[in-house]
Amino acid sequence: MELYQKTAHELSGLLAKKEISARELTENVLAQIQKKDSELGAFITVTGERALETAQKVDELRAKGEKLGALAGIPLAVKDNICTEGIPTTCASKMLADFIPPYSATVMEKLSLLPLVGKANLDEFAMGSSTQSSAFHPTRNPHDPKRVPGGSSGGPAAAVASGEAIMALGTDTGGSIRQPAAFCGVVGLKPTYGRVSRFGAVAFASSLDQVGPIARDVEDAALLLEAIAGPDALDGTVSSKAVPDFRASLKSGVRGMKIGLPKEYLALELAPAVQEKLAQAREHLEAQGAQCVEVSLPRSQYAAAVYHLIASAEASSNLARFDGVRYGHRAENCPDTLTMYLQSRSEGFGPEVKLRIMLGTYALSADAYADFYQKAQKVRRLIADDFAHSFSQCDCLLLPTTSGLPPLLGQELEPRESYTADLCTVSANLAGLPALSLPSGMSEEGLPVGLQLVGNHFQEETLLKVAWTLEQCFGQVEVK
Amino acid sequence: MVITPEKTKQLAQLARLALFGDEAAEFAEQLSGILTYTQQIQSLNTEGTEPMIYPRATKTIMRDDVVVPSLSQEQALANAPQMQDGMFRVPRIIEEE
Repeated sequence: MELYQKTAHELSGLLAKKEISARELTENVLAQIQKKDSELGAFITVTGERALETAQKVDELRAKGEKLGALAGIPLAVKDNICTEGIPTTCASKMLADFIPPYSATVMEKLSLLPLVGKANLDEFAMGSSTQSSAFHPTRNPHDPKRVPGGSSGGPAAAVASGEAIMALGTDTGGSIRQPAAFCGVVGLKPTYGRVSRFGAVAFASSLDQVGPIARDVEDAALLLEAIAGPDALDGTVSSKAVPDFRASLKSGVRGMKIGLPKEYLALELAPAVQEKLAQAREHLEAQGAQCVEVSLPRSQYAAAVYHLIASAEASSNLARFDGVRYGHRAENCPDTLTMYLQSRSEGFGPEVKLRIMLGTYALSADAYADFYQKAQKVRRLIADDFAHSFSQCDCLLLPTTSGLPPLLGQELEPRESYTADLCTVSANLAGLPALSLPSGMSEEGLPVGLQLVGNHFQEETLLKVAWTLEQCFGQVEVK
Repeated sequence: MVITPEKTKQLAQLARLALFGDEAAEFAEQLSGILTYTQQIQSLNTEGTEPMIYPRATKTIMRDDVVVPSLSQEQALANAPQMQDGMFRVPRIIEEE
């Protein structure tokens, strides 16, 4: 087995015992990027030299006998909407094609001893679910390059699935970590709103966005979450709650736990492979001593509508900062400032971003505010109330991550299909809940299937424990 | 729910976006589709329900008002499309007499 195919916790052990060096490991991963990325397109910027410098530093510190964190020396990919000092951060947009942040996101400061191998591709400004709206190039699914890797964190998920990175950071506003994780056969975790600092993560929808891990297995996800979680003086939305040792209870089993199966999600039109894996998961959990109970989330069918209104409204406000003055694209030869704003934004943003900005502008306009934006906020509360009620009956929920398998590149979804495609993932963002997508084996066509666990606020430990138990049944997906 | 191309142009102007060619008609059709889909929430009874602005109850976190290091002028200007004399340069704002 090549080094790039191993998990971070295995590699961490090899590094600690000095059986391998961080430099050797980083070179192995960079060679895999060299070999695979012209086909997959997981990266926008590869930062090989910088990665090797960090690896060298880790090896030197280790040689001196310094006590290092478990993930020191593990090659990392980072979604290109997370700021990295001195390294371009483009959000896959022409608007930020030349932007080089003068500071790093808090999560990057926390991971400074992980060799950063590159900035990974995404849908422009994280708006999409296929990584095809990147202004630079699409990313392909490592399990079938004719298919999409999902999105918007398609680059990070494809990188981890193909050995172009050992682990990665993504962002999740409506499923952007979990859906690509499901499509690429890796673990994706959206933490509780307020668990991880977002300072330096380019804002899309501020009441929904979270940064989180994409990893080979559940234990790796636990390690990476622990490394990035916790309070930050630069982000007032982060909770001061103590960060637990997420690995401590990982393997303690599910005996006596109650797993809720939300009937509205199970009644969706699901691909046969998804249905089959759900049944298998349920059987395994029951065999391990958990009890599966039916629960109801009666307002869940409205989640996609609420999400599109709220996310677009917040995006229209957040993206107003791109005005061609302080950073980002500026159109040439503008006679006045209004022309500068209009031209710079029209040239800099792609069609999906423009559509969402206009949708948000409409939802926030005087005519529509009460019926659309405020109404969506009220229904958002009802959706959150449904979850709160379900957690009085169970410890966590089990549902699909996606109703189907990864579509072909360029395949247009019917508009209605595309609005509802996010139905399984968006509700956790609306309610601020932690949610994890777990690889659950392959379909007959050889495509990964993902199942999702949703927990109560700050109950990531519960999710990780149940996911670890299920992982013993489904196993890991082979690194392609 | 129909958003006309004229309404779309008005929204674009508010959002500081210029539309070219058939864009107003294309965006109008897409906006109409999405807004029609979202109208399903209007039939739900939300009387007495408070709008949910953040997913968790939060309180404002205060910090001490002390000076800490921040970006230098050079760093702050490093990404500016145009600058002059240590400032962001923009087109003329005030018309000549």
